[in-house]
Amino acid sequence: MSALKVAWLIAKKDLQVERRSRIITNQVVPFAGVTMVIFGFALDANTDVLALVAPGLVWLATMFSLLLLVQRTFSVEADDGALDAMRVAGVDARAIFLGKAFGLVIQLLALEVLLLFAAVVLYGETIRLSGAVLLVTTMISATCGLAAVGTLYGGLAAGSKGRETLLPLLTLPAVAPVLIGATRAVESALGTGAAELSDGWQWVSLLTVFAVAFGVGGALAFGPLIDE
Amino acid sequence: MPRPVDANDVASDVVIELREVVATLGQFPALSGATMQVDRGDIVLLRGSNGAGKTTLLRLCAGLLPVARGTASVLGHDLVTERDLVRPHVGLLGHQNGLYSDLTVAENVRFWAATVGASSDEVDAAMERMGVAGRLAGVAVAKLSAGQKRRTALAALVARRAQLWLLDEPHAGLDQLGREELDSTLRQAAASGATILVASHELDRAESLATRTIDVIAGQTHDAGESK
Repeated sequence: MSALKVAWLIAKKDLQVERRSRIITNQVVPFAGVTMVIFGFALDANTDVLALVAPGLVWLATMFSLLLLVQRTFSVEADDGALDAMRVAGVDARAIFLGKAFGLVIQLLALEVLLLFAAVVLYGETIRLSGAVLLVTTMISATCGLAAVGTLYGGLAAGSKGRETLLPLLTLPAVAPVLIGATRAVESALGTGAAELSDGWQWVSLLTVFAVAFGVGGALAFGPLIDE
Repeated sequence: MPRPVDANDVASDVVIELREVVATLGQFPALSGATMQVDRGDIVLLRGSNGAGKTTLLRLCAGLLPVARGTASVLGHDLVTERDLVRPHVGLLGHQNGLYSDLTVAENVRFWAATVGASSDEVDAAMERMGVAGRLAGVAVAKLSAGQKRRTALAALVARRAQLWLLDEPHAGLDQLGREELDSTLRQAAASGATILVASHELDRAESLATRTIDVIAGQTHDAGESK
């Protein structure tokens, strides 16, 4: 069976587990929503300022939620030794990496749509039609990068002591380029602070390079990492 | 080079062959000259005190530990040069079952079967054989008893066509009925051609199940002969 088919099986299984457990809808989405509200409190509910920083706040909330999603996706595997069982069964480590990353991409994209909606409602952000293609492209490329980093470090931390604290320590510095690039690109897509639409595509290029580098590197490194 | 064992090939009855095998865990010599031969359909009890090397022996046969010295083959594959080819044909069950608690019995067995491209007929047959078909098939694993979880894990092994079953303390956590069901399941599996290695401290029960016993003492193996 090809690695891509097995990856698809693993992604489908992860999404099925999440649909059944409702952890995302009952815990992760409310957490992301509360984070957006708290950002509002921190900035004195000043809608001018909030609209200006909304793209950055959306990506910050996404990153915090990423940590929860990665912890969750690997605890599902660790609870009854399923990740070990996959390795014992000779399941290709690249397929495990790609499958888990793809499952995260789907979950994160759904969350980002909700966070954008929250930014419109809570911060008075506006979404312009002319920036829609850039916005969607940014979301996809940034999310692929986040999912690749999250899966790589989630797998590394899964077998470690203190994995709950180790994961943010490893992941947040590594995804800083995504935070910067995705924020700038979304500012361009939304026209925040008079940002030009054309400027956003340079950032999308950076996000794509990041996603490919961590996607390929992660797939190759994942086997030795989880075997350790 | 030894050729892979075919399930229908009566000439290749030797499933495990170890000669003076040495394996280390870090600097610690976990096996120091293990020699044994296991034939198709055998149920072999590995008997020994804690730390004697029983689990290490199982992990070595699963292709999870490298052979430092000596010669070893499992299912016709050399454990020094072809460890990755051994894994897909071997099932290792330790204290954990490798199941997803939010998924049903059928969904779990289907997932593991799909990783090797097994058909839905094979899944149905495996669940039938392990007594988890019918009403149990639609029950979430989280709601099963310890014995039912064990049988679900064994159904997954059958569905993914594992020829060699390596079981570490399989009776742990099971009540009397669960133990009897497990023994009956293992005897049926051996009669159908599976080869089973059991590491257990519950000697009375395991000795009545096994066809042969091998003592593991300080990383060495001693054939204690056929069981009564």
